[in-house]
Amino acid sequence: MGLLSDPNRRKALTGLLTRLNTPICIVCYLAGIVWFMGLAFEPFTLRTYMSENAMGSTMVEERFSSGERALSLAKEFDAHKRKAGGMPVEWLVKAMQSRGLEVFTQSFSRKLPFPDENKERYMVRGTNVYGILRAPRAPRTEALVITAPCSPGNTNNQAVALLLALAQYFRNQIYWAKDIIFLVNEHDLIGTQAWLEGYHHTNITGMEYSPLQGRAGSIQAALSLELSSDVITSLDLVLEGLNGQLPNLDLANLFYAFCQKLGVLCTIQGKLQRNDWDTAEGYTHAAQTMMLMVLKQACGRSWGDHGLFLRYHIEAASVRGINSFRHYKTDATTIGRLLEGMVRKLNNLLERLHQSYFFYLLPSLSRFVSIGYYMPAFGLLAVILLLRALDLWVHLGAPALAAVDGVTEAEQPSSPGVLTVLTPVVISHLTGVALYLLPVHLQEMAVEHFPVSETEAVVLTAIAIYTAGLALPHNTQRALYAVVMVLLSPAFTILYCVFIYQELIEAPVSVSEGWMLFLSVISQGILDHALYGSLVYPLLALFIYPCWLMFWNILFWN
Amino acid sequence: MAAPLTLLLIVAVTIRAVLFRSSWAELISERVEVVSPLNAWKRVVEGLALLDLGVSPYSGDVFHEVSLSLIHFLFKSILGSDGITAVALYLSIQTYNKNVFRKQKYALESDRYPADCLELLRSPKEMFYIPLKVAMFYLLNPFTILSCVAKSTCGLNNAIIALFILCTLKGSALLSGILLALATYQSIYPLTLFAPALLFFLQRLYIPVNLRRSSFWFFTLQYAFIYVGSLVVITGLSFFLLGSWDFIPSVYGFIFSVPDLTPNIGLFWYFFAEMFEHFRLFFICVFQINVFFYTIPLSIKLKEHPVFLIFMQIAIISIFKSYPTVGDVALYMAFLPAWSHLYRFLRNIFLVSCVLLACSALFPVLWHLWIYAGSANSNFYYAITLLFNFGQILLVSDYFYAYLRREHHLTHGLYLKKKDGTEATLVLK
Repeated sequence: MGLLSDPNRRKALTGLLTRLNTPICIVCYLAGIVWFMGLAFEPFTLRTYMSENAMGSTMVEERFSSGERALSLAKEFDAHKRKAGGMPVEWLVKAMQSRGLEVFTQSFSRKLPFPDENKERYMVRGTNVYGILRAPRAPRTEALVITAPCSPGNTNNQAVALLLALAQYFRNQIYWAKDIIFLVNEHDLIGTQAWLEGYHHTNITGMEYSPLQGRAGSIQAALSLELSSDVITSLDLVLEGLNGQLPNLDLANLFYAFCQKLGVLCTIQGKLQRNDWDTAEGYTHAAQTMMLMVLKQACGRSWGDHGLFLRYHIEAASVRGINSFRHYKTDATTIGRLLEGMVRKLNNLLERLHQSYFFYLLPSLSRFVSIGYYMPAFGLLAVILLLRALDLWVHLGAPALAAVDGVTEAEQPSSPGVLTVLTPVVISHLTGVALYLLPVHLQEMAVEHFPVSETEAVVLTAIAIYTAGLALPHNTQRALYAVVMVLLSPAFTILYCVFIYQELIEAPVSVSEGWMLFLSVISQGILDHALYGSLVYPLLALFIYPCWLMFWNILFWN
Repeated sequence: MAAPLTLLLIVAVTIRAVLFRSSWAELISERVEVVSPLNAWKRVVEGLALLDLGVSPYSGDVFHEVSLSLIHFLFKSILGSDGITAVALYLSIQTYNKNVFRKQKYALESDRYPADCLELLRSPKEMFYIPLKVAMFYLLNPFTILSCVAKSTCGLNNAIIALFILCTLKGSALLSGILLALATYQSIYPLTLFAPALLFFLQRLYIPVNLRRSSFWFFTLQYAFIYVGSLVVITGLSFFLLGSWDFIPSVYGFIFSVPDLTPNIGLFWYFFAEMFEHFRLFFICVFQINVFFYTIPLSIKLKEHPVFLIFMQIAIISIFKSYPTVGDVALYMAFLPAWSHLYRFLRNIFLVSCVLLACSALFPVLWHLWIYAGSANSNFYYAITLLFNFGQILLVSDYFYAYLRREHHLTHGLYLKKKDGTEATLVLK
């Protein structure tokens, strides 16, 4: 422990630290940014590979052929959906029963804390319908889930129909070792959350649901299907789940392997992989894909119905069919074969997917960056905080060194009392707590006094509390620093991220549209936290915002 | 000083009551960092239920606490045990400060301090608020609050040790022996506190620690007799209350042989999870000797400073015992304001605080990642455990260094000069 106890070496090291502090910090910052952006450069990434032994070979021939039947079923489902004005529960139950599944329903209801303006719902009531295909000769200990959402309007009819066609096909096979649950959920994420909570006997989000009558053992993996057209040009894989949790990389590898085998075009973040990694456009394409993944994980939302499964240690991914302008079209039979292949592979699993990485970034579907490669970049950024703190500590502990002109240096090196330091800390944290609790609780009062809707009231209250925290006596000499601080505040960072995200998905927006998007992002964040337990809003309100407020305090310290 | 202490007690009780009523109480009482198989309240309830059914509470390997009746009688005061500990610590530090100041005064009058180390001496003004700060450090420590809300019997253990310290400092050998026997009876490790208590009494009665003097042996035997006698009586009482010797293998055998490898903040579980049966006994002995061994060199070095020795011993027990929890950590941390005059000699306090804070924040995160998310494994959690214990060891050794350095300065002067008159630096090798 020479470094910690030898005073000569300590003095040398601390001297080095204080002299070179700013240059080292700048170098670390730049190194961190360059490292992170360099990760998208293809030679620095690794090719994806199948880690799980049980999912190794793809030598099986897929025989699913009822794509056309699925499409006609989609029209039938659409007609019944329109007639029922929501989920056609009886038709679905009959359809599943005629295919030999054990069918059960679950009703749920949830009152949102304030109306959701994006999806236009406030008091949500719905029914989930699920059918269990029992494995013929296996004990009922493990299960797989295939789910398709029942969405209003024209969307996802083909997904539900393909689900039913697959169910019929699977029923005739003898090789199933796990039970397969075919779930059709209503009201997308809310329905999935109700089903999962009912399945696992938990109640973490205050949902009211009827208990599930039928169960199938512990769920090993889940696939969510979103298909809205008869033919598609590509399949998009969605991995990001709640709180940025990702499924095991083996699931993405599985999807990619099957897309290669069946000749289906596959994309991630909606972007197709390019071959020209040595050009600038190739690199920027990969960097954009990676940054999109980072942004999607950072916002903590679940970007597909699969996202809520991850919390229960169930590996899940969403497969979304996209119909755009390309020559080569893929029909429903091929998609059915893809799903059949994936589910057969998952059927072979002896234990949960755990061999491959849980934390990774994908610049493209065949290349990945694991946590061991991207964490050092964050480590370099975090080291800056440590170096600055050590520098301040060393300066605090050695005031006698600055007594060159002892006459003019009249400031007492004695530390200020604990109370003077504690007051801003407590006030910052209390403001953070207010930012977390008050917007939802004060919405009735705000609606009474101001001509706004409840959602707008919540968002505007949040913004009001946020800016109220800035109310401090001003010092015009520090105006420039103040402006820079405000431009780097958490709210503005979210605003920049909104604009950057729109740029990355190639749908840039104007300033006013961006502002409206920003407001809806805030309301969605608060809703996600209340409905599914996303942690981004509490993290921002209770940790990041008080820290920023303390910095703001220090700026105007007199 | 009664008013601030009462106010502090009221605030502490309010915080605990609020947390107790909220939904967090259940969550906290299941956290492995706060409760261990030895002191979980769930297990006490199980033991009581077994006793009600007429079966020995120690059957089924669930209950590992001692003397049910003691717990049953005192269970209502588990919530008040924090208050008892705080008041006991307050009074003991007050007595200790008075002793320290009196000794300093005599040393000043007899001119035993070199001229330049007067700034190291302590003044009554600076020492006035220390007892209150000690009580505050114990009551408002998040570790203590968590331990109390979880109703862990660690609070009771802390209360008994605090009362033991109070009785020792007040000079009552009989009560101190009995309380030490009670503490040892509950978990064996306070046995090592026998040495500092003995040294304190010898110092107080002006008996020099000389193995050849009969007065030394006379007093030692007296104190040992009180201690061992109380221990025998209490153990015998347990036997008569429950009618069997079951509790000895269930409690003491459990503490020594560490059969339950539930993860906690200690060092035993991971190691013994990977141990082959062949070597188990050897490593058990090594690990357990580790706890008791430091008593000997520390007592030799700190024989003039028994109260600091008590602090060091409690710290070593809470780091190296077989099933530590954060409640044990909170007990020795409460003493830190008593050594606030050593601040100028502490070298690693920044690093230690950062390490302890970061580890306390990371414990629940890595537990979640291991058990619930399945993305991590036991190695991650053990890494944080190791780091936490490293931070604690660094804290204790830093205070030890600072204490010895201050004593050195008090005898040799603050500005050290080498033989040729140039400035010297003190290096701990």
